[in-house]
Amino acid sequence: MPVTAPTSAGPLLQMSGIVKTFPGVRALDGVDLDVRPGEVHCLLGQNGAGKSTLIKVLSGAHQPDDGEITWAGESVALGTPMAAINQGISTIYQELDLVHGLTVAENVFLGHEISRGGLSQRTEARRRTRGLLERLGHSEIPAGREVGRLSTAGQQIVSMARALSRDTRLIIMDEPSAVLDQEEVHNLFRVIRDLTSDGVAVIYISHRLEEIREIGDRVTVLKDGRTVATGLDARETPTKELIRLMTGRDIEYVFPDRPDGQPDAATVLEVDGLALAGTFADVGFRVHTGEIVGLAGLVGSGRSEILETIYGARRASSGTVSVDGKMMRAGSVVGAVRAGVGLCPEERKSQGLLLDQAVYRNITMSSMARFSRAGFMDRTAERAAATELTTSLDVRPSGVDRAVRTLSGGNQQKIVLARWLLRDCRVLLLDEPTRGVDVGARSEIYALVRSLAARGVAVVMVSSEVPEVLGLADRVLVVREGEVVHEGPADQIDEHQVLDLVMEGSAA
Amino acid sequence: MNDNTAASGGALPAQAGSAGLPPEAPRTGRGGAPGVPASPVATFMRSGAARSLGLVVALVVLFVVGIITAGDRFASVDNMLTILRLASVIGVVSIGMTFVITGGGIDLSVGAIVALASVWATTLATQTIANDYHWTLMVTTALLVGTGCGLVNGVLVAYGRVVPFIATLAMLAAARGLAEILAGRRTQIVDVDGFTDFFGASVLGVPVLVIIFALVAAVGWVVFNRTTFGRRTFAVGGNPEAARLAGIKVKRHTMMLYALVGLCCGIAAIMLMARTTTGSSTHGLLYELDAIAAVVIGGTLLSGGRGTIVGTVFGVLIFTMLSNVFTLNNLSISAQSVAKGLIIVVAVLLQQRLAARSTST
Repeated sequence: MPVTAPTSAGPLLQMSGIVKTFPGVRALDGVDLDVRPGEVHCLLGQNGAGKSTLIKVLSGAHQPDDGEITWAGESVALGTPMAAINQGISTIYQELDLVHGLTVAENVFLGHEISRGGLSQRTEARRRTRGLLERLGHSEIPAGREVGRLSTAGQQIVSMARALSRDTRLIIMDEPSAVLDQEEVHNLFRVIRDLTSDGVAVIYISHRLEEIREIGDRVTVLKDGRTVATGLDARETPTKELIRLMTGRDIEYVFPDRPDGQPDAATVLEVDGLALAGTFADVGFRVHTGEIVGLAGLVGSGRSEILETIYGARRASSGTVSVDGKMMRAGSVVGAVRAGVGLCPEERKSQGLLLDQAVYRNITMSSMARFSRAGFMDRTAERAAATELTTSLDVRPSGVDRAVRTLSGGNQQKIVLARWLLRDCRVLLLDEPTRGVDVGARSEIYALVRSLAARGVAVVMVSSEVPEVLGLADRVLVVREGEVVHEGPADQIDEHQVLDLVMEGSAA
Repeated sequence: MNDNTAASGGALPAQAGSAGLPPEAPRTGRGGAPGVPASPVATFMRSGAARSLGLVVALVVLFVVGIITAGDRFASVDNMLTILRLASVIGVVSIGMTFVITGGGIDLSVGAIVALASVWATTLATQTIANDYHWTLMVTTALLVGTGCGLVNGVLVAYGRVVPFIATLAMLAAARGLAEILAGRRTQIVDVDGFTDFFGASVLGVPVLVIIFALVAAVGWVVFNRTTFGRRTFAVGGNPEAARLAGIKVKRHTMMLYALVGLCCGIAAIMLMARTTTGSSTHGLLYELDAIAAVVIGGTLLSGGRGTIVGTVFGVLIFTMLSNVFTLNNLSISAQSVAKGLIIVVAVLLQQRLAARSTST
């Protein structure tokens, strides 16, 4: 199939008036979208705006109830995922859909294996896979390696190679940068530019406006299942305007004000010479009551592991952790929880929540003793406490009996926070507290964290987003390759300095 | 159910969650609107009662078939008590199995543990001591042997990190082998004063075995649904990593779950000894399959995190009544097995449909 010339201005894809309803919810309510060959078209919208549903319609997973899809000038129906793939539409989902036990080459050709007389041609598959990886600028990934052993970034490249292994003319990327660190994002952008210069169109979804500015050509904004603006210039349209379209608001991240420092504040958390063999060494810092300390660093720099080791989820190879002057037993989560430490883990869904269970059960999970007498749970008291917390945290929709799965990312994060609020914890460890949380709910989470600190909780947070660390934390620790390379007040360092510190030597 | 499907758009109107901002135009009727109570029908459909409803229907259908095909031979008080008595032994094992499966595990060794406990409790030595002192020593022996085997399973799974399937498969082989060695492959007759009198009796016409099953089921239900132990079982089975990071002692709890099944096997062994007045290394053959089948058709998720005691009780009753109806109609054991297989498949297919409808994302 000849690739449409990049100069062609006619739209490759045109969607108009797309409607998709589910029982009780109108997920898409008139979406218009046109994508030109060779462009990066960004989809912007808050969680729940309908981006995911739109992708599913495009990839053939959902059938629209109304509206028209025109592909390369012809009206098409994308009845199945296979139909979409055959048209040349590939989707790279947020949760990468690769088979971990198979090799890179096997994954790339999954579903359209190269075979002769029923026997798979492994050498040929590997040869072609190597070609594709080379085209993506990642020839260092071995075609015979098991995919489960690759990094997330590597797996994403495999997903893209898989898309390219077919005649792909449109690649949909659903928040590809969410799992990548800064350097990997740059790599991803380079790959995207290569693809678009070949005439491949990309629909790019991201919560990060700065990325959209860097990689995008045009922007379509969705709100409440409708297209509210389309064809905006990705570089020229003012941020304020984009935010306003998405939210009806004019502000981006609102960080709560920092209170004046209290020099005589008591030390709550003391970390001394903490090390985890092969991951980080000699990490030491103190967190005072009411203080927020931020850890900045690349993915893989050891920042999440530091949190997990403080929490006892990993056993430190040396060093000590004390809370309120009492030393904690290494490698004991139960001990940490008892001492008043709480962790909001990085992978909220797989590490933090019982998705199919009721909100109140998720909240009281770490406080069962408080709600039980002789082993019997007092469910009335549980529900009452959970209701009080969810109301004060403004969890929407309300109702403590609904399954946590039915809540959006920001509200799920509030549930994890509520669990530790209920315990009146002394130290709160936050790992990527706003991952997968939309702009509006972010500000709420920030305000919540600050108000916790104001109540005397010592907070340690890790975030991939430097502005978040700088905006929220009082003090910043920069971690590079398992070492703390900088420590200082957050208002005395800027984003560029942090990035310099973080990236320096990372190429070595 | 409509509350759950409201999420099927993949996300909820998250903008509703941003506080302190000027409200926009009145929100149109999107699903899951806060504060709107679910209709009673919807609430019922989501509750465990709805899932049990299908089981009740199945049981009623079986009952009607029984009356039509076997008439009074089926629909007599005696026959009903027979069904219940037969159901009670496997029922007790299935209650334990419900716990371990909900907790994310499985126990293939239950039948073998029943056999070992029955043999150990009926050895000449045990019976002599029991006769010298009291028949309850025999009971205690069976309970200890059962719990002990379960504890070994639990330690292997929780602390030895052996996959439950393998650990309990090993116990299946070893426990039955040990039972054969102890019994010398002979059937041991129960001959202890008081034991048979106690367990063979009836209270107000209800056999003691049936009362024991009812008690185990009732206590099981309370522990499962109303205690911290039950709550932890759901947490450990639903997401062990989240449970661990929430400060739950996942390993210890897992170990206790296996010990609990072992205890149930000990109780079942005593009941079997009372019903057959023997202890034998062939007791409890294929109990693991019957128990797992009853638990699964009852509605407990084999992957853990969701379970129901009431469903399990229905599952056990359905299978036992099925056997009874087939036997009364002179149909072979083989035909029963085929029917059982069909029921398992149909039940699981139905459950998947239900589950897909209530949690589609």
